[in-house]
This record gives sequence, structure tokens and C-alpha cells, in this order.
Amino acid sequence: MTSLYEEITETSVDIPVRRVTITVNGEKRSANVEPRLLLAHLLRQGFNLTGTHTGCDTTNCGACTVLVDGRPAKSCTMLAVQADGHDVMTVEGLATASELHPIQEGFKEEHGLQCGYCTPGMMLAAKALLDENPDPSEDDIRWALSGNLCRCTGYQNIVKSVLWAAEKMRNSAG
Amino acid sequence: MSLDEIKIGGMGASRRRVEDNRFIRGRGNYVDDVVLPGMLHMEILRSPVAHARIRSIDVSKAWEIPGVRLVLTGDMMATRNLAWMPTLSYDTQAVLATDKVRFQGQEVAAVIADDPYIAKDACEAIVVDYETLPVIVNPDQAKASGAPLIRDDKENQPDNKVFDWEVGDRPATEKAFEEADVVSEIELHYPRSHPSPLEPCGSIADFDRSTGKLTVYMTTQAPHIIRAAVALVAELPEHMIRIISPDLGGGFGNKVPVYPGYVISILASILTERPVKWIEDKTGNLISTGFGRDVYLKGQMAVRKDGKILGVRMHTISDHGAFFADAQPSKFKIGLMHSAFACYDIPAAHLTAEGYYTNKAPGGVAYRCSFRVTEAMFFQERMIQAAADDLGMDQAEFRKVNLVRDDDFPHRTPFGFLTDSGQYGKCLDVALEAIGYEQFLKDQEEARKNGRYIGIGISTMTEPLGAGNSREYDILGIKMFDSAELRVHMTGKAILRTGAKTQGQGHETTWAQIVAHELGIPADDVVVEEGDTDTAPFGMGTYASRSTPVAGAAVAMVSRKIRAKSRKIAAHLLEVSEEDIEWELGRFYVRSSPDRGVTIQECAMAAYSNMPDGMEPGLENTAYYDPPNLTWPFAAYVTTVEVDPETGVWDVLRMVAVDDCGVRINPMIVEGQIMGGLTEAYAMASMQFITFDAEGNCVGSNYMDYLLPTAWETPGFELHEVVTPCPHHPIGAKGIGECATVGGPAAFVNAVMNAVGHLGVRNIDMPLLPDRVHAAIATRSDISGAPPVRTDAP
Amino acid sequence: MYPSRFNYEAPTSIDEALALLEQGKGEAKVLAGGQSLVPMLKLRFASPEMLVDINNIAELDYHRFDADGSLHIGALCRHEHLEKSVEISARQPTIAAAAPLVADPIVRTRGTFVGSVCHADPQGDWASCMVALDGHIVAQGPNGRRNIPVRSFVSGPFQNVLAYNELAVEAVIPAPQGTALGGYMKLERRVGDFATAAVAVAVDVSGGRVTRAGIALTGVGGTTIDASDAAAALVGSSLDDASIAQAAELAASVAQPRSDHRGSASYKRHIISTFTARLLGGIAESNERAA
Repeated sequence: MTSLYEEITETSVDIPVRRVTITVNGEKRSANVEPRLLLAHLLRQGFNLTGTHTGCDTTNCGACTVLVDGRPAKSCTMLAVQADGHDVMTVEGLATASELHPIQEGFKEEHGLQCGYCTPGMMLAAKALLDENPDPSEDDIRWALSGNLCRCTGYQNIVKSVLWAAEKMRNSAG
Repeated sequence: MSLDEIKIGGMGASRRRVEDNRFIRGRGNYVDDVVLPGMLHMEILRSPVAHARIRSIDVSKAWEIPGVRLVLTGDMMATRNLAWMPTLSYDTQAVLATDKVRFQGQEVAAVIADDPYIAKDACEAIVVDYETLPVIVNPDQAKASGAPLIRDDKENQPDNKVFDWEVGDRPATEKAFEEADVVSEIELHYPRSHPSPLEPCGSIADFDRSTGKLTVYMTTQAPHIIRAAVALVAELPEHMIRIISPDLGGGFGNKVPVYPGYVISILASILTERPVKWIEDKTGNLISTGFGRDVYLKGQMAVRKDGKILGVRMHTISDHGAFFADAQPSKFKIGLMHSAFACYDIPAAHLTAEGYYTNKAPGGVAYRCSFRVTEAMFFQERMIQAAADDLGMDQAEFRKVNLVRDDDFPHRTPFGFLTDSGQYGKCLDVALEAIGYEQFLKDQEEARKNGRYIGIGISTMTEPLGAGNSREYDILGIKMFDSAELRVHMTGKAILRTGAKTQGQGHETTWAQIVAHELGIPADDVVVEEGDTDTAPFGMGTYASRSTPVAGAAVAMVSRKIRAKSRKIAAHLLEVSEEDIEWELGRFYVRSSPDRGVTIQECAMAAYSNMPDGMEPGLENTAYYDPPNLTWPFAAYVTTVEVDPETGVWDVLRMVAVDDCGVRINPMIVEGQIMGGLTEAYAMASMQFITFDAEGNCVGSNYMDYLLPTAWETPGFELHEVVTPCPHHPIGAKGIGECATVGGPAAFVNAVMNAVGHLGVRNIDMPLLPDRVHAAIATRSDISGAPPVRTDAP
Repeated sequence: MYPSRFNYEAPTSIDEALALLEQGKGEAKVLAGGQSLVPMLKLRFASPEMLVDINNIAELDYHRFDADGSLHIGALCRHEHLEKSVEISARQPTIAAAAPLVADPIVRTRGTFVGSVCHADPQGDWASCMVALDGHIVAQGPNGRRNIPVRSFVSGPFQNVLAYNELAVEAVIPAPQGTALGGYMKLERRVGDFATAAVAVAVDVSGGRVTRAGIALTGVGGTTIDASDAAAALVGSSLDDASIAQAAELAASVAQPRSDHRGSASYKRHIISTFTARLLGGIAESNERAA
């Protein structure tokens, strides 16, 4: 991104836009957006964070799940303008510069993904669960993830991945 | 000292996946993630009606919207001969409708604009005047006399029939029925279902006028087939077409056919001289792309009173939608439906098949089905259950009497396939033991006395995977071999490319394991690439569980070619003749003096720096593999369920799966495939279906109506393995990707039917939704056909 | 997938919101949770000229029991707040039973109770709870606040009686007349599915007798169905088998289901009867245990 120039097209004049400032993965980011722009599209196209995916058009699949102020939200069912002033975590914010999040490690360790398309949303929904309940049962996990569809894994390994991550997080918490 | 194969990530290692490294970071590269400079966006306008003449299309308002670059209609496509395109089944399919629309959701116009929001605005501004025509939504209507002709665009198409087909031995089968003590009959409908990978289809077409090269990023499981198809349809030279299939968010067969959107985006790029991205929405995917099933299956089984099956008759009626667009071997109109009953020793069988056009989306063979084998095996196991019940014989016993015995291989199936290996009885025994079969039957009797309905269902099957040998198998005349190209660098690292295309099966991980097995190069030292037609050797792609059987075999074969050359290099380095060289994993050594040896890495270095006289430098090769036969994995799936008779709701108590897919390259990945397949089986049995009302309106074109089970409904699975290596496959492996989807549904349905069978209910067609199960229980009668839609009658 | 264009305002006070609605002259829509509205915008089933986003009106984000025992749910109270509330679990079992069954866990973090009732989807779970609990909506407009009993609030499928310049600010569930017992039972084929049929039951019990009852039906008519006769049959009873059976039959008889791909009308009516009986049976059991 550069402030050196911004191309003006016939479509960009006269369309009212709003300035939004969203803290994405800890970093303040601002953009001028049309109110109708979905948050998922701002993240993907505006901010080049393509880890958040879109998989349906009826708010069912959860592939677009991000954390808004720590709670899971379907970013395809939020307008970008609604995220103004809020914190958003995408899958790109899970790992630090040097370390994967235990959830990411767990998904790899326990084969919790195949095509990878549902995985970002699934992991963030799992993080929201573990943030509230560090020792979930299998039922707790299946319930918490029932807003995220997966076509590949049959969910059993996803549950194992989350259990793996929960144990690691409990152990390192001491 | 020989290497530990598991430690280097060879075969049998549950090696953690290489592709995960990017997916867990959100760094996958799916088609919609790709951004090209100057890229435009395309949206498609779809028909709201199922069958109608197009009187006019007014696109003037669309052109007026700022940011719109191009509006395409069928007439414009027609001037470039692109309004119609050939399908993979030798039919034609409309790219953009010209004369008529023939199914709800059919592509009518396309807008290319600066962003997809504007493109959508412009689509909404297009006005189409439709003159509706009578609608056909099932084969009965299609074949009725006086039925409207759907394909009036075709010459020599007087009616709505697509094909008649037949296989087997009619006289021998008739005789078997004459000799039968019991004849059982069953009639089933396998409802229309859709692969619905989470990622919908899409493409980015980029035609570079300065070089004449067309590059297309595309959600395709078979990039080389696409390149060939584009060369034919767009009449561009094949060497100037590059198809790149990057990461795919699932395929399941949905991403094999050529869709109009791809073709339109290509023309749009040529006309606008910009890259054009088309990403369909989920509704577009569900309403217009390759679906699976929608077949009526009827048949009889002739049985002797001691339980021996004498013969089987099958008749299938398939609903192909408006265009015959199935991707399947060209010789077989109803796919490999005639693989039915392959695991049983049945002397005679006969199958007749009819196919029809209807006003619905085109397809039939595109859902993790191994080319209609899901339908075949579902019919098989439902027929088996009915016959055992009619005979008064225990379900497990009936199967054991008839399953092909271990010493009966090679075995000619009643429809003429040749199966080569298996331990069918053992797999069934393992499953029955695991589920506690005998005890369950006792529990069932007790439960019935207390008004509780529990049931157990068995499904056993072998299926043909790995299409296929060039004598019998081709798509559009192209033979169904596959390929692998392996280049070993001087430091012993390697790059492998194949003609397959992974969509979640983990090829980047598993193919390297085969190389590690054959060459002792650690799997981590082998990078695997697929999907770019400029670099990958020609292959027919990944579907119908063909990758391990065919491409995997090619990987083994090319590795062996590398090893053969390395052996010569080793002899040269060790200064002995080749006959004195022995091989252990990763190392050649002198037979008479075993501690004198060279590693494969040392051979690689020598290939660039110390070649034997007269030897071509380098260490790389290509293998094209024409499989001698299909592979035949076997599975025994057993499920127990409880049905609530008051509501018709049923729950899975336990699901036991015993799979024999020969040698397992990566047990973890194999189990992942099985569990994914069992979930789809559960989905189809319980809730997942597409249906149509009388006007051809599609019910199931979004995730509110097309139900996929969540983690909450999906049962847990208990997996077991038996290993019977494939005798002809270089590493003894068989396919596995679709086994559970193929064999699983019957286990669930058989279990529910077993739970309520004592009420006189013989069949409930899928999906076994609560209302249908309840209706069967309440009326003590069968429930047939797809769920009704909005009858407004009580 | 892509909404058409609209103007957007995000007021920070109720008065500001009302002024915007007034300005909108009926072409503005209120955006709260957005879990029903945004999907409609994306499918272009709704194309308002303006969205008035009330999410920044902090004073609307609450739920609390007043001293008189009534439950007040502010317009920004999310489904999951009700789902997690220990107090609601103890004091409003019908609400507690329904909360986990609304949509899916992710939708519940943003969707609102009041927004759902205003959306007036005949498949809406909360409207049934409101009817069973005799709740009302508090609407604020240019002339101040007014209470609208839920039975008069919904005027048809996806239609409520709010004037274009009124904002629903709160839902109120009156204090129970005794111990509040109740439940919600929903037949959905999977999480997130619309109800094939569902029943909300709320009974207040005092001295072993039912003092007040409400039964409402989801998904079996053009709007939520108030099974008032069925409820009336319970008042004064001790939740004995005969009263329960009668209530179940009466509830089924007022259902007006349509046959569709979720089931025949007779099946849905049967579910209403079965679920009503099961809910009341469960309540009767726990009432006995508590006694």
C-alpha cells in the first residue's frame, strides 16, 4: 500500500464511503469503505488477509469465522462498517512471529484438516471455546463448533485436535 | 545400516502433512485468493425458471452502470461459436442460453465489472422476457408420450431419452430365476445429492495478447482434461494454454466437469484484454453444477433356500438433467453400476439402464461415487438385506454364505469384472466382533419388549477403483493412465510432479512417502507439486479414487527407474559390476563386502559430478502408468441405531468400519478419508438431498435447504483395518477415498430398517428424515421417492 | 452474496436513532445483530435506502431482573448472553431452554433477542417464548414509549406493528405468578436448521397448582401460534396426566402447518402434540421432585 497515489475510477466518484478503523490482529488498520461491503471482503480484498474464506451465501457454513472482540462472528454476515473501532482476529493472527498457536499445532498433529478451507474459521471458533472453557468435553467441542461446517474430515479428528490443544494450553499455563 | 522407514517418512508412517503448514496459517492459495493486476470480476445471471423460451434479453441498463466493462449474452457467444460447448459425455451443453433455458439456475448472461458488487448490480439490471414451457422434473414425465422435448436443439433427438444400455447375461439370469426358491424384489430411489465442497467453483482467465498465451486458474480436479477441452472449445493451440489448479477447498467430483463460467471467463478475458475472475456463489454451485445420484433402482434377487444367491436382475433409470455432462469412462453410460454384487459369488446377473433428460441441472456422476458405484453398492446391500429377510436368514449369515472366499481369486463377477484379492469374510468378522453382533441381537429383542426400537445394519462391498486400463477406459477418447516425474538434485533432494490433483487427500505428503519407500530419500527431502499443466506430466486428475491406484503407482515406477540408474552409478562408484550390488533402504552396497556402500544421496551427487563413462548426466525420469486392472478394496460397515417411534428421529449408537484397502501409505490420512466418507454417507442417509417442485423450482440450492451435518449430529466412528495387498499394484495399495461414501449409506439405512422392520416396513427411501421414518412407522408401509414439496395438502 | 447500495448511520443515542428513522420515512431499517437482516441484504430480499445501526447505543445492551421479578431484555442483548446467564437458567427456564437452540453458536454471539422478535419470522424461536410468557415489547417513538403485547406485536410473516419512526428498545417478560417452570422443544434436522416444529411452554406454579400457563407454537403457521386454549386447560391443574394430554391435543388442534419438504402437515401437528406432552411431562416430574 502506498500513499503516493490512488487511482480514481468512474466508479469511485460520488459513491459515499465511510472511514473505518479496525484493529486487525493487533494492528490498527483504516480504510474508506462502502457501507455495503462485507467485513469478509474487506479482510480478504482490502487487507489481503485471504485466510478468512467464504463458503456459502446464507450464513450457515462458518468458513468466514473471525473473532470480534474475542467472540466468534461470521464475517460474511457483518458489514465492514460495523467493525469500526473493534478488535478483529483472523487466522493470520493466531501464530506469533516465532510460534504457532497450540490450536494450529493440534490441527496438524491430529489431522484435523484435509482441504483446509473450513480450517481458519474452525480454529478461531475453537480458540473462542478454549478461551472460555480450558477443559472442554467432546460434547462441549462438538457443540461449540456446530456453527462451522466441514466436508472433509467427519469432525472426529477436529475434536481430537481441539482436545490436544486444550491439554497443551493447560500444561503450559501451569 | 538400513534406514528406519518410519523415521524417514516412508510407507506406513502417519507422517504429519506438509500442506498443513500453509493451511493452518491461512496461507492457502485457493482460486479466490489469487489476485492478478488489472483483474476484473464476473457474475452470472441465472434463469429463475426451469423451462422457457427466451423472448428477449435487454442488457442496456446493465451497460449504463459505472464500472461495468462487458456484458455477455448467448447471442454474443454464438457469434464466436461459444454459445454451446461439448460435454465430457459426447453431448453438448449451453454456455449461455440462446433459444431456451432448460433448468432453473441455467446461465443466461454474464457481467464483467470492476468489482463483484457492481457486477451483481448490473446482473440485477438485465431484463429477460421468458415464455414458460411445461416442466419435466422426473424420468416418468420425461418418457411420457406427448412430453415436451427438452433438447430440441439437437438433431436426431426425437424424445427425452439419453441412452439405453445393457450388460450381463440375460438368458443365464432368466434361468436362475426359474430355479429360485425365493425371489426378492426391491425398488429404490437414490435421491439427487450434491458434492458441495465448501469452496465453490471459479476461475481466473488471463489471456495475454502479446504472447498469445492463455493462463487460467481454475478449481479443477483434472487440469489436463481442461486444457484439452479448452483447446477444443476455444480453438486455441494446446501449448499456449496453461491451466493452474492451485489449492482446492474440496472437490468430491464437483470440480471435474467443464462449467460455462470457465468458458465465459476465458472469452471475457480475450475480449477485455484483462484477467477476469469468476467465483460462483454457493447457490450457483448447488443449483447448476455437477450433482450425483438421482437414480431409480429396481431389481430382483433369485435365492435358493439354503441361502445361495443364484442370480440378480437390475434396472436403473437415471435422471441426467438438461445436458448429459457426466465425467465418466465413455464406454459406460451408467458408469460402473455393473460393479454391483462384485463381492458375492453370484453366477448370473443382468442389468438394463435408461437415462433421461429433465429440466434440472446436468450431471449424475459427480459425488465421491467412483462412477455410480455408490448407487450400485447401495442397491446391492439393500437388496441383500431384503433377500435375507425374505428368506428368514440372519443378515450376517446370508452374506457369509455368498461372499467370495479368499481362495476364489481371481474372481469373475456376475457382470464381468475381474477382482483379484480380498479377505471378505475376515473383514465382516472383525466388524461383527467389534460391534458385538450377537449381544446386540439379544439386546434388540429385550428393547422391543419395552417399546424401544434399536436396529443394526450391515453393508459389505468391494468396489472398482483406479480407472483404468486403456483397453476399457477413456474419457473423450483420452486413455486413463497417469504419470509421475521425479528429478533428484545433486544433494539428494528431489522434486516430484504428478498428473493427479489433490483436493485434501494429502498428495504432497503421501507421494513423498512412496519415494522414501522406494529410494530411501527422506520424505521431507521430496517436494511434491501438482496442478500446473505447464509443469506437470499429463494425467487425468483425481476423482473416482484413482490417484493411489494409478498416479501412486506411477510414483513408485518412476522411483524405480531412478533407483535402476542409481544402481549403475553405485557400481561405478564402488568399482564393482552391477551384479555385485545389493540394495537396502537408502543405500547400495557390495554383496560380498556389505560395509562398502554408497548412499542414494552420494549417487545423486555423482550423477552430476562423477558419471560413469557414456552415461547421460542427471538423475530424473518420468513414468506413465497404464494400470493393468482396477483395484478392489473391501469394506464392512456396521451401524447400530435407535429410532424414536413417536417422532421418527433416529440416532446412531455406534458405527464400526473395517476397511481393507491393501497397503496403507499413510494410516492417518487413510483414516481421515474413511471418516470423511462415513460422514457423507450419514448425511445422505439422514438429511442431505435436492428435490424439485412441479414447476422445477430447486429445493436444496442453499445451505438452509441443502443440509450438511455439523459436528453435533455427526456420529463418532470406530475404525479397524485388514490388509490384503493388491497383487498387481507396485506397492500393493488399493484406492480408499470413496469407499465409505459408497458403502456407508446402506449401513445406516439397513440399521433403521432393521429397527422398524418388524412393523412390516421394508423400505424408506433416503433421506431418512424424521417425518418419513415416522410416516413409515405410523402407516406400517414403505416411503418411496424424494420428499414432497409444498403440497399444501395435510 | 453482494448487497445493493444503501446509506448507513451509526447513532450513539436512542434519540439520534429515532431522528434518523423519522428522516428515513419508512425506507430505513434498523441494524442490530444483523444475523437475519444482513443475509436478506446479501440475497437482495431487502434493499433499504438506509441502515440505522444501533450497535453503538450502549444503553441498550443489558438484561436484568427488576425487583418485581420481571425480566428486561435490552435491544442489544445477544442470544448468547441469555444462554450463559445463570440467573435466567434459574428463574426463566423457558428462555434458558430455547437459547441454545436459536440458530448456531456463532450467530448467537451477535444476534439479538429483540431483533429476532421484531424480525417476526414464523420460524422464530423467541417469539414463541414471548407468547408463552405473556411478554411485551417496549417501543420508543416521537411520542415516548409504549408497551406492545407480543400477541399484538406481530401482524404477519416478517411483519410487526412498529411505526416507521419507532424503535423497539426492550422486551419485557412479566414476573411469574409463583415458581416459573417451562421449556422449549424444537425438532430441527441439524443445528441451525429452521424448526420443523417447536413448542414453547411456560407455567407458573404455586401450591402445587398451575396459576398461569402459556403455550406457543413455532413453524406451524404464518406466524407464531398462541395455543391459548391448551394453556387454559392447564390452569388450576396439578399438571396431572389428563390435563397434559388435553393440553397436547388442544395445542395440536390450533397448529396450521403446511406440508413441505420438512414433513406433512399431519406430521407437524403430531410433533406439536408429542412435544407439548413431553415438555409438560418433564415439567410435572421436576415439579414433583421439587415438592
